[in-house]
Amino acid sequence: MGTEKILFYIFATVVVFGASMVITVRNPVRAALFLVLTFFASSAIWLLLEAEFLAIVLVLVYVGAVMVLFLFVVMMLDINLARLKAGFISYLPVGLGVAITMLVIMVMIVGPQNFGLEEYLAPVRHVASYDNTRELGGLLYTVYVYPFEIAAVILLVAIVAAIVLTLRRRPNTLHQKPEEQIAVKSVERVRKVKMRAEERK
Amino acid sequence: MIEWIQSTFGLLPEMVQTVVIILLKIFAIVVPLMLVVAYYTFGERKIIGAMQVRLGPNRVGPRGWLQPIADAMKLIFKEIVIPSGSNKYLFLIAPVLSIGPALAAWAVIPFDAEMVLADINAGLLYVLAITSLGVYGVIIAGWASNSKYALLGAMRSAAQIVAYEIAMGFALVGVLMAGGSLNLGVIVNAQSGSLLHWFWLPLFPLFVVYFISAVAETNRAPFDVAEGESEIVAGFHVEYSGMAFAVFFLAEYANMILVSALAAVMFLGGWLSPFEGLLPDSVLEIPVLGALLGGGIHWFLIKTAAFMFSFLWFRATFPRYRYDQIMRLGWKVFIPITIVWLLVVGIAILSGLPPWFDAA
Repeated sequence: MGTEKILFYIFATVVVFGASMVITVRNPVRAALFLVLTFFASSAIWLLLEAEFLAIVLVLVYVGAVMVLFLFVVMMLDINLARLKAGFISYLPVGLGVAITMLVIMVMIVGPQNFGLEEYLAPVRHVASYDNTRELGGLLYTVYVYPFEIAAVILLVAIVAAIVLTLRRRPNTLHQKPEEQIAVKSVERVRKVKMRAEERK
Repeated sequence: MIEWIQSTFGLLPEMVQTVVIILLKIFAIVVPLMLVVAYYTFGERKIIGAMQVRLGPNRVGPRGWLQPIADAMKLIFKEIVIPSGSNKYLFLIAPVLSIGPALAAWAVIPFDAEMVLADINAGLLYVLAITSLGVYGVIIAGWASNSKYALLGAMRSAAQIVAYEIAMGFALVGVLMAGGSLNLGVIVNAQSGSLLHWFWLPLFPLFVVYFISAVAETNRAPFDVAEGESEIVAGFHVEYSGMAFAVFFLAEYANMILVSALAAVMFLGGWLSPFEGLLPDSVLEIPVLGALLGGGIHWFLIKTAAFMFSFLWFRATFPRYRYDQIMRLGWKVFIPITIVWLLVVGIAILSGLPPWFDAA
């Protein structure tokens, strides 16, 4: 139990540190990198909860793909930091109000009175051969098969919609057709001509 | 001496013993790996030299065999220049982020039926997640260098890796469906039977897609637009010198060996012998010959070496892809192929197609 607790506190410290750096660091690229650190440390905490599938998928999807695209966009942007800081004082009261309301709501919902040991028993430790992935797959494809499939279809619709919305067909632009380039034969491009040698002028 | 080590070792607390044993195992993986990386660079120069009818390095030591040592010495003693206007911490942390995942992924590779550092259930998923982290080294290096060529290289690399990771992930989904597990050891055992039972045959399109995506993921020719020395100098590591550059170099070659080993494990039966099912059991009982012809780590190493050789072969053969063609190949060709083949594999598993899927 000792090591586990120590590991939890190490990773929890990293999560809290990373998350606070995300909102305090000026440079957006560094903020995004601290967000990566936060994701990584929270996946370690999920590993301590024996949720290895979710932990690894968090790293795979959010750290490995989503944040890479995020960084891609943030690095390309030309952000004027002075303009971003300009309205800080005037927005402060509204921002503080929203922050305090959200904090109160979160404490009311996820506070110890709802999530204490009386409400939820401490999870039972599984044996080493316990396969979290198999358990999750079994549940997703039997009990929750309809919600799961519906979510998949909604995502597919979103993908198609995003592509259709950004697709611009401009008829006059030049572009290559790789399939025609691959299918081309030498007779279509090169013409052999038989002619006499011309006299030099 | 040995008794003394054993007696003092037994006195240590159990937790310390476990940690020491794991550290020794890590040592036993990383040291040979680094040696292979060093001589892989030498082999690359020799093999490509032979393909281009040149000699390759032949001055340092007998037939040039000490060349990698000389290269390492040179790089170690070179100054690490930190460009002005760069982000110093990120600039120095980028090579570490590059080599960390390249080494960490080796933890779950099964070298033999018993020889694996961490025999975890979600091994395949772990490999995919860890290798997807390698791109941060490239992106951070490109951004922190404060150089336009480096940034261009990083941007190219980010787009390319995200595109090919999807195709690679789908190819691995096919492997996990056929193997029925995410554990790499179980996946190898699912391929036992004979050479035709190995997954390269039922998953042939996924095998091809996986290996080409692996070449793209490791930023090797013909997909090396992130470096692209004829277009953007050296891409993301243009500002790096000395050991910082050498670490990027080590990471690239360690990654090449890693994806070769993974291809051997997932599609060519890992440590299984190709003579399995062909030779009678009596042959396997012959003292030395039996051990050589039966399954073992040597088959895994031979298969890995074959893939490593093809990396060099590709580099000597193909011209660099143009950037838009790389994107087209990834999104419009590979992803549809893998999705269609996943359907085929699903149908094959449901109908219990012999000889691959009739066991379960």
